[in-house]
Amino acid sequence: MAYLELQNLHKEFGDFTALDEIDIALEAGEFLSLLGPSGCGKTTALRIVAGFERPTSGQIVVEGKDMTHVPPNRRDMGMVFQAYSLFPNMDAQDNVEFGLRVRGKPSGERKRRVAELIELVGLSQAAKRYPHQLSGGMQQRVALARALAIEPRVLLLDEPLSALDALVRLQLREEIRRLQTQLGITTLYVTHDQEEALSISDRVAVLTQGRVEQIGIPAEIYNEPKTPFVAAFIGTMNRLESTVTGDGEVDFQGTRLRVDGAHGRPSGERVLVLVRPETLSLEQGGDGAGLGGEVIGHIFLGATTRVKVEAGGQELSADISSAKAAGLPVGARVSATFPPESARVLALERKQESPAAAPAGR
Amino acid sequence: MRRSGWFWLAIGGLYFLIPLAATAEFSLKEGDSYSLGPYREIFNDPQFRDTFFLSLKLAIATIIVALLLFIPTVYWVHLRLPRLRPIVQFISALPFVVPPIVLIVGILYVYNYQWVPSKYLGSPYYLVPGYVVLAFPFMFFALDNAFRAIDVHTLTEASQSLGAGWTRTLWRVILPNISAGAIAGAFLTFALVMGEFTMASLALFNTFPTYINYIGQTKANPAAALTIISFGITWLALLGILLVGRRPGRTAVQVGGTR
Repeated sequence: MAYLELQNLHKEFGDFTALDEIDIALEAGEFLSLLGPSGCGKTTALRIVAGFERPTSGQIVVEGKDMTHVPPNRRDMGMVFQAYSLFPNMDAQDNVEFGLRVRGKPSGERKRRVAELIELVGLSQAAKRYPHQLSGGMQQRVALARALAIEPRVLLLDEPLSALDALVRLQLREEIRRLQTQLGITTLYVTHDQEEALSISDRVAVLTQGRVEQIGIPAEIYNEPKTPFVAAFIGTMNRLESTVTGDGEVDFQGTRLRVDGAHGRPSGERVLVLVRPETLSLEQGGDGAGLGGEVIGHIFLGATTRVKVEAGGQELSADISSAKAAGLPVGARVSATFPPESARVLALERKQESPAAAPAGR
Repeated sequence: MRRSGWFWLAIGGLYFLIPLAATAEFSLKEGDSYSLGPYREIFNDPQFRDTFFLSLKLAIATIIVALLLFIPTVYWVHLRLPRLRPIVQFISALPFVVPPIVLIVGILYVYNYQWVPSKYLGSPYYLVPGYVVLAFPFMFFALDNAFRAIDVHTLTEASQSLGAGWTRTLWRVILPNISAGAIAGAFLTFALVMGEFTMASLALFNTFPTYINYIGQTKANPAAALTIISFGITWLALLGILLVGRRPGRTAVQVGGTR
């Protein structure tokens, strides 16, 4: 049986539907991320789990018990907020101790537990510092220790890294995951950063407009997006609006392309062919097999370079080795190909409702 | 500071100091010689002690009622009713617009109703509700500033998620972080009550300000001495605000990462 369940959550603010039939179940000890653009409802869902919001309908169930109407201070859930959540009048260790005091733990046990947690988040040197004397990253470590001190049944994190700078964010993210694995605590994590979600989670639920678009392990979400939205939101994706012309073959702007995903689809069906930049390879000269185009720009990424190619009136991205990219200057004619099994094919019946501008992550 | 800055500061200082020095000089005069006689006269006057302690008690009562009333109110407005804030702000400024004389007439009218116990009517605590109204703007602005300096929502939710109920949240988390504002409001209220004349006079109570007025009309040198004394009280109240405001860890704003 699932440990934490979000059952048929529905939330309306006036006319606005923030959550629409959210159904997610977490196993004990699982780390699940709610991922989506701002306004997709992920924070609302988390706040409903924490008890700060009531769902319009639906339930929060923990270990088979309905928690929907339990006030937040009786839910035994540890929460880490985006920022500014430490009590400014208490030093780091008093902050960590607060939840234990509330629970009326004896002084000796409190001291031991506080020392243990401060140590766990690596802040033994700063235990007596006040929040305003701590860096942003340290503040979030204290907040994490404070949430864990009460041995919560569920750990909730609401974009805990979004106020930090890149390096600290990376460090702390790995540390959160390490602690979570070590303590085996069931964790619900909210983020808008797809890289963060994919790297840290056991499973990821992609949300948009209050609905779960797809839920699965990170590799699934990345490699097998089930909807155009997920395809656009996760990583960078080349989107080729094509027509099926035969078994395993599509037509994109007059070019025939072999795509395994097109097998069994009726001829003439409009489809979206999705190709990751790293599966696209470029050959000099525009006459070979594949999409003919012209190099229009380079983005140097270190070992690889993202080469922008204009083909069939569309801009394509190809991540190729930087050494090879050096041989394809801007203006060069190239042909772009990809292995037939690497592309995803999604039906494109209606005018799709994918976002106009998906964030271009890496 | 630049030189012209010091110049204007000196001008401003003189504007305050000259009348004060003149009053102080006059308060020490007895006939043609200087002495502490006028001060001795004031301190030996039982009326001085009675009225001073009465006003002190009224000030403390007003501060307690005002804090109990306004801290939860301002907290709730910030937490749950932010759209009401401009309205409360407007209401809080009303005592500046409505003259105390109108206020006391209104209060006297209200007290004419049968349900007010007659015992209460003879007591000077009669004045406290009126003083609380007068204190509203001072308390509100002091508390409002303090609440705006902290993240009320996040702190409240963090406290709740750790298991604390409303009482503990207010007492252990919110109060310590707005205490500078509460104390500033308390000192302002103190200075207000220690100097409020109109209401006390019209309600026929002998408070410290009515005593100052009486002395001012009857004895010249002791009146100047009393002015200096009452100025000292106000000044101590302001000093109190400054000292509390400077206490470390209270007013410093938490830095949240690198945004």
